[in-house]
Amino acid sequence: MEIRKVLAQTLDDLMAKNENIVLIDADLSKPNGLSGLKDKYPKRAMDIGIAEQNMACIAAGMSSYGFVPFISTFTAFASRRICDQIAISCAYAKQNVKIIATDPGISAEYNGGTHMSFEDVGVLRSIPEIVIVEPTDCIQLKKLLPQIVNHYGVVYIRTLRKEVTDVFSENDNFDLFKSTKLQDGKDVSIFCSGLMVQETLMANKILKEQGINADIINIYTTKPIDKDAIIKSAKKTGAVVTAENHNLIGGLRSAVTEVLSENYPVYVKSIGVNDKFGQVGKMPYLKEQYNMRAEDIIEKVKEVLALKRT
Amino acid sequence: MRKNLNETCMKIRKLILKTIGALGVGHIGGSLSIVELLVVLYEKHMNVDPKNPKKYGRDRLVVSKGHAGPAVYSVLCYEGFFDESWLLTLNKPGTNLPSHCDMNKTPGIDMTTGSLGQGFSCAMGIAKASQLKKDGATIYTIIGDGETQEGQIWEAAMFASQHRLNNVIAFTDYNKLQLDGKVCDICDIEPLNKKWQAFNWNTIVVKDGHNCDEIDRAISMAKRTDKPSMIILNTIKGKGVSFAENAGVSNHSMTISDEMLKCGLAELGGMA
Repeated sequence: MEIRKVLAQTLDDLMAKNENIVLIDADLSKPNGLSGLKDKYPKRAMDIGIAEQNMACIAAGMSSYGFVPFISTFTAFASRRICDQIAISCAYAKQNVKIIATDPGISAEYNGGTHMSFEDVGVLRSIPEIVIVEPTDCIQLKKLLPQIVNHYGVVYIRTLRKEVTDVFSENDNFDLFKSTKLQDGKDVSIFCSGLMVQETLMANKILKEQGINADIINIYTTKPIDKDAIIKSAKKTGAVVTAENHNLIGGLRSAVTEVLSENYPVYVKSIGVNDKFGQVGKMPYLKEQYNMRAEDIIEKVKEVLALKRT
Repeated sequence: MRKNLNETCMKIRKLILKTIGALGVGHIGGSLSIVELLVVLYEKHMNVDPKNPKKYGRDRLVVSKGHAGPAVYSVLCYEGFFDESWLLTLNKPGTNLPSHCDMNKTPGIDMTTGSLGQGFSCAMGIAKASQLKKDGATIYTIIGDGETQEGQIWEAAMFASQHRLNNVIAFTDYNKLQLDGKVCDICDIEPLNKKWQAFNWNTIVVKDGHNCDEIDRAISMAKRTDKPSMIILNTIKGKGVSFAENAGVSNHSMTISDEMLKCGLAELGGMA
């Protein structure tokens, strides 16, 4: 299912219940699937044009009046373009602004290098008090959004917008400030986020056949990160692989290794973009270009297991 | 009325001098240039309650040129939002009065500002929120002339006219100077009045931005329009204190010695 449809439906439900929720787009409401909300809530859902800096500060101002503003654009514009507006008017000013950032990393596909954000989590993670969450699938997004509304403060929602294969079932529940275990294992920990969860699960089928028993944890909230789950898993396995759709600098790998280096140092190998810019292409091609396929995860698992044995 | 307001302005200038003088350095030029505006706003127009700074439905003021904190703090103190002893803590460790305005530290500050361009945009968000709430508040905001060079100002200007935010009354502190020199030499903002008109704002030019009556009349006129209003105040950076005025382009942030403080206060009628 297209995750943007779930985003729109869930926001619709939330806006129906909470009259203080407002939605602000910057001329990307159609690709983000949110244009229908402008018809349903003509006063509370607005498109302010191609003016992302203004969008962030309009939201901050409305928040200071008691509203719960969601702003929406592509990740590139929701992070690096409006970094100072998020840092000062939203976060430093302690406003209750929610940022919907779509097309993360390689999912920007044919929009190419200019629109491909490999740095957004790194840029925003160093701003105090921000919550950064990357829902894995439609179900997780649907279950996390009400919690995001209930949490006072800036939340950056890094989400795909097109077709996404569900990983979770309707019976699964998630805590915004925790992680979720996908498989219990003892040989190696794999911490994965976003679209790399699917790749990890594909890799896991082969790892299982090869007798490698992975402890797989989906880290959907990168900040604040679920330290306890990371340390507990690392203590059990003694070897870690991270997998993310982001630059290896600043994102999940950085967050995980920050925790491990201070609490329980173990060998870590990582999957992600190795400090490169983006480029045009469909996702299978881009995954190959940046070594982000299931087979790359398997290779990293074997590398880290070899190190563990030394 | 005029005499009283002028006397109040004199008192506010003294407070600003004492505030910055206690630290020995600060943004004196752009603080002194908006004294009359702040006095007219708080004494004649703004619906605020110093005993209840977060009162529902109050008018708001966003000083987007957040470095004018010392002027705003002096007026808020004068109006009774906090004790005068606070002023002597400007920019000192643990203070509630940082160099730039901070809504989470200072009673009476409606928005955190200082990263130029952002406060103006936030003010438009506040005005939109008030429009939705239909609470009848007027949203005042002050930008610097140098700040006008920020692109975000014009994003917000378009938003305000698109959303018919006639509850916005904005001011440009047009003192013709910015940190690095004369505005016209660095990146001229003229024709300023026509620019705001072109963005579909009601514009009023106040010839003497230090004349309380002129400012008062301009605000009253702005309240009667169906558009957002920009009142351009021709002001003097460092107004009212000779060493600051005479420093010209160097008065954005100045070191103030004890001797300068003493002379400045004497010029304003003494310590009291």
